Amino acid sequence: MSCTANGVADAVRAAAAVLAEHRAELIELDRAIGDGDHGENMNRGFTAILSALDSAVPDSPSAVLKLVATTLIAKVGGAAGPLYGTAFLRASTAVGGASELDSDAVVAGLRAALEGVQARGKAVEGDKTMVDALIPAVAAAEQAAGTEGADVAAVLTAAADAAGKGAESTVDLVARKGRASYLGQRSAGHLDPGARSTALLLGALARAAR
Amino acid sequence: MKKIINDPADVVSESLRGLAAAHPDLLRVQYEPDLVVRADAPVAGKVAVISGGGSGHEPLHGGFVGPGMLDAAVPGAVFTSPTPDAVQAAVTATTGDAGALLVVKNYTGDVLNFETAAELAAADGLDVRSVVIDDDVAVADSTFTAGRRGVGGTVLLEKITGAAAARGDSLDAVEALARKVIGQIRSIGVALTAPTVPHVGEPSFELADDEIEFGIGIHGEPGRERIKLEPADALVGRMVAAVVEDLPFGDGDRVLLFTNSMGATPLLELYLAHGIAERLLAERGITVERRLVGPYITSLEMQGMSLTLLKVDDELTELWDAPVHTAALRWRA
Repeated sequence: MSCTANGVADAVRAAAAVLAEHRAELIELDRAIGDGDHGENMNRGFTAILSALDSAVPDSPSAVLKLVATTLIAKVGGAAGPLYGTAFLRASTAVGGASELDSDAVVAGLRAALEGVQARGKAVEGDKTMVDALIPAVAAAEQAAGTEGADVAAVLTAAADAAGKGAESTVDLVARKGRASYLGQRSAGHLDPGARSTALLLGALARAAR
Repeated sequence: MKKIINDPADVVSESLRGLAAAHPDLLRVQYEPDLVVRADAPVAGKVAVISGGGSGHEPLHGGFVGPGMLDAAVPGAVFTSPTPDAVQAAVTATTGDAGALLVVKNYTGDVLNFETAAELAAADGLDVRSVVIDDDVAVADSTFTAGRRGVGGTVLLEKITGAAAARGDSLDAVEALARKVIGQIRSIGVALTAPTVPHVGEPSFELADDEIEFGIGIHGEPGRERIKLEPADALVGRMVAAVVEDLPFGDGDRVLLFTNSMGATPLLELYLAHGIAERLLAERGITVERRLVGPYITSLEMQGMSLTLLKVDDELTELWDAPVHTAALRWRA
């Protein structure tokens, strides 16, 4: 895939499809340690993004990411709306005005997304949140980008793989942020729904890039 | 799932349509973003009091829109906080030169969305402040959680700040009063059964027939511990102790006692529990000066109840007694 506005839009459409497919799974994960709305909320947000992209694809990768951000902020609610919205908004700013993104721009976008999520949600690694997927994803993306000949697909694939492992690592953790934190010790033994949706999203973007 | 609904996706908007139809004299409803606004808003020269949060807690918040209480309520999807643009629309619809106070429950999503909205409103040149209520004693107030949740105390906070705004207090004064109330209000909740979120279709958690969740939040999320169901005397005793010992409330204190149904606990049981709570407080030398009993902040059809205690003085009782005319609370108006 080329990382043009249309390419990014296609990747976002792929992410929407994956989140729709995993709606019930995310609801079930959230029902175990939260209130069960995560799958529904993410699906509602990305469904709105699909219809926005259907009417017009913005003219730069940055503008597509910004459209994703504003739609998520306006349609998702909960904690996921502002957190994912901030992630895409920061990524949109960080990738700059280029008409086609290279692997360095993708890494910059991922790094900015992580920093935005942490600024809003104040979570650190080990709190059992989406940050536990994002931190290793960004580290893996940075490492991949430093490898000779690594393209956007390689960077995103490394990020997605690391996010998947990071999400799995939340199973054993005790939640310290978000609604799951009220469970205390009882939150251990469950996969964090936010970390899982982050891994799903990055996985979809990586597959679209290949 | 047995519910009187059509499509789970339309539950909130169809319910709002009914609320508007039932109370045309008090409020109007706007859609996309969804909003419940006082019929006569904006009220010139008055601080606007705005609250909101996930739907499924009715009559909170839309049922408290009207003279003497809220200027606007912002309903999110079921158990999901509203989005910043919806909160911003509520500010725009109700707020003039006197500014606005946003009453926010301490849940991560509510805080994030309302904070973002307050920033947007400030960028528009409006004086908008927010206060976060965190009255739930079930949650350890430490760095290991998102902090205490905002629960039953929200109803009393909205009534009292609404009354202060109605009598013409400045935004500084209404905000200071809200912080005072938050400092001396505490709650605890208990669940006997789980609620079922319409778009999920299954109960939010599993409880055995003889089990209860002590320290439940208003979305059915757990708190302190899971215990065996016990007789009302013991259970209410446990709840009163948890609340009283937290602030602490003590001998000689004057309080407002709010006994709340989480949705499915009937008034038969609620009054029974309220009577026990009054007796137990009297035994501790605490004087109950005002009461509220009923389903005012609910969790869909969850069976259970919460107790809220607010330490009052003459000013707070006067504001509590002040006229209010909303769908769910009405006196002297």
